[in-house]
Amino acid sequence: MVAYTLKRVVVAFLILLVVSGLTFSLSHLSADPALTIAGEQASDEDIEAVRKLYGFDRPVIEQYVNWLSRALQGDFGKSYHYKAPVVDMISGRIGTTMTLGFLAIAFALVVSIPLGTLAAMRPNSLIDRFALLVAVFGQALPTFWFALMMIIVFGVWFRWLPISGNTSWAHFVMPTIALGYYATPALMRLTRAGMIEVLSSDYIRTAKAKGLLPISVLFKHALRNAIIPVVALAAVWFGFMLGGSIVIETIFNLKGIGWLSYDALLRSDLPVVQAIVLIFASFYVILTLLADLLNAYLDPRISVR
Amino acid sequence: MKFKLGISFVTAAGIALMSSVAQSAPDDNSLVIAWGSTGPIEHVDNYVNTNRTGIWFSRMVWDQLIYREPKTFEYKPLLAKSWKALSDTVWRFELRQGVKFHNGEAFDADDVVYTLNWISNPKNGVKVQRNVNWIKEARKVGPFTVDVEMKRPFPQAFEFLSGPITIYPNEYYSKVGPDGMHKAPVGTGPMKVVSIKTAEEYVFEKNKGYTWGSPKGEAQVDKMIVREIADVQTQIAELLAGGIDITADISADHVTQIGGVPGFTALQAGTMRTGYIGFDAAGRGNHEPVTKLKVRQAMAHAIDRKSLVKNLIRGDAGVIHTPCFPTQFGCDVSAAVKYEFDQVKAKKLLAEAGYPNGFDIDFYTFRPADWAESVMGDLAKVGIKAKLTKMPYFALRDKQRKEGTTPMFLMDWGSYSMNDMSAITSHFFKKGPDDFALDDDVAKWLEAGDTNSDASVRKANYAKAIKKITGQVYWLPMFNHVRNYGYRKELKFIPYQDEIPRFWQYGWK
Repeated sequence: MVAYTLKRVVVAFLILLVVSGLTFSLSHLSADPALTIAGEQASDEDIEAVRKLYGFDRPVIEQYVNWLSRALQGDFGKSYHYKAPVVDMISGRIGTTMTLGFLAIAFALVVSIPLGTLAAMRPNSLIDRFALLVAVFGQALPTFWFALMMIIVFGVWFRWLPISGNTSWAHFVMPTIALGYYATPALMRLTRAGMIEVLSSDYIRTAKAKGLLPISVLFKHALRNAIIPVVALAAVWFGFMLGGSIVIETIFNLKGIGWLSYDALLRSDLPVVQAIVLIFASFYVILTLLADLLNAYLDPRISVR
Repeated sequence: MKFKLGISFVTAAGIALMSSVAQSAPDDNSLVIAWGSTGPIEHVDNYVNTNRTGIWFSRMVWDQLIYREPKTFEYKPLLAKSWKALSDTVWRFELRQGVKFHNGEAFDADDVVYTLNWISNPKNGVKVQRNVNWIKEARKVGPFTVDVEMKRPFPQAFEFLSGPITIYPNEYYSKVGPDGMHKAPVGTGPMKVVSIKTAEEYVFEKNKGYTWGSPKGEAQVDKMIVREIADVQTQIAELLAGGIDITADISADHVTQIGGVPGFTALQAGTMRTGYIGFDAAGRGNHEPVTKLKVRQAMAHAIDRKSLVKNLIRGDAGVIHTPCFPTQFGCDVSAAVKYEFDQVKAKKLLAEAGYPNGFDIDFYTFRPADWAESVMGDLAKVGIKAKLTKMPYFALRDKQRKEGTTPMFLMDWGSYSMNDMSAITSHFFKKGPDDFALDDDVAKWLEAGDTNSDASVRKANYAKAIKKITGQVYWLPMFNHVRNYGYRKELKFIPYQDEIPRFWQYGWK
């Protein structure tokens, strides 16, 4: 188990190293950062001065090693454009993204688990068909389109909800639904499938035969087991929502990490791009590592293989 | 990020709803503006910022020595009440008295001397050196008299003194520096900064002390909020829902749609941003056909610019024949060689050049693909097959400057809002990395035009350059761009050709 853990940790570290290297080199390949920083009206001398000031005239590998050694000490440098420390920029915006991510996954679970359970209780019934319809719509509707539809109805027509910004809880209602609905189909179908399997198992039949209340059978015995893979999937979706809320944050003008990464990419603000990619890559890698170790702990055959 | 699909729904929804919603001007005489097209201001200190968004900010908060009237481009007194040339390289400015900065500091010669000497010192790191590196020194002659010495005769000096060079309070700025100015900007301008949330919103209030007769005029509203909203669709939805009062980021299609919603106005105002098709005449990328004059002439005749302007650009846009905007100093329209739309002639020229069946060419742009596709359609009719590559602006500029492998490109230039052709033509034809003509004569004439203080000499040299650039079709000038605005009908709104919004002039009817 110790050897297995060490091996996984080394692999995780190598993955992060490759991700950081790729991000760094691709960012430098996409455009000359000196030109972007100097701006449209810059003369050749201005661009050259920026190149020297930021060290872009040095070999890329040297720039990468310098950046990596600082990053390992928690210093991601300063934004080329905002002149602010990248760590401060990210910590100032991560709250919005985390709030949106938590609310969205909570919304997805609140919708998908009851709906999936109801669908499993009455397979091929009207409620099951309705759940299928919800799933199909959720998978088929582009998130941005759904978001715009909500803006039209609740923002422009009825004026019930604010359209953009993040100054109150009401600003999060539409973004939460738009982002959360995207995760609902997968979670609901998994709940349904798990519940159908569990409900037909012997121990549920035994519980029913013992005369337990149907609600007790359903929630205390069936759902508790069926929901385990759903929770695992929800964790993955939560990670996806943190890293993948660029479109929603842009549409609703929520100035979180998604918006920050979009803005940084547009401006070739490399320190910000690199830090965000590395942080989210670390997030995924650590979650995957923990899952691997947990699986190995639960099933020792994995670590032996 | 564009979500074009959504907009027709948004505007359709707005049309359906707004027909029954009457709107009125706000009771607190406030104004909310959406901004997003040029992105957030990274640093509001005018000398650290390189983003165009910073231009409107600087005009609200600070003043220049000279005011350039935005419709006639005439120079008028602003912080300087008069001026005279002492020599080819020295100007004397008499300053206005009784002006105060937002923090109460009195304006005088010390502020001007301090600002000009601080910005012209390269050690202080002003980002756009071309704006300031022509200043040799500013000297205090009296409490309200200043001499400004230039390093060489610099005929464009007033464009800079009426544009990017704003005057700072010496006592405050020497204490707080650029970062302090970024956090709490202090100027003499018509609006005072109340708060700044970088990349989110800027809040201003009227400078009630701006009553000393500035030609910029007093602010028309008491409070103003400028919100950074990146997505155009969100801006439109906010406009229709009453969350903002004006947006300047919409497309030509949006203009038609918003203009049809009761309670709203939309218009397309012409700007001095000049669109052109550039050719790699110098052969930097080794594409042989475009190095031949007859091929470039054929392409100039093959493209129907009038139709493109009428159908796709619309508004106040018009076909341009000069490699500069006609209002700019030296931009002599009569010197330009003009090319009428004539595809028969184009085919004949192609045959004479040795390409009777046309050829293939890579075509680059960062602008909407439909503009380029219109050009490609015209070229296809004479046998030229253009393959379009659409790239982000800075990536394309980088490719052009470093590799030079762009045989044909649809680009444009805003001249930094300067009304002098040195800001466009000299940038592209003086053998720098953006030059695809590399013509010694043109570079020589432009240099003479850029550095001579005699206006007639400048004009004569610029005219020669225009004649050769258009005669050789180094560029095919296309059209001037339009800026599209959507706003509430009750708003008094004034657009300008130099693309600089003067937000303080907007008010309610």
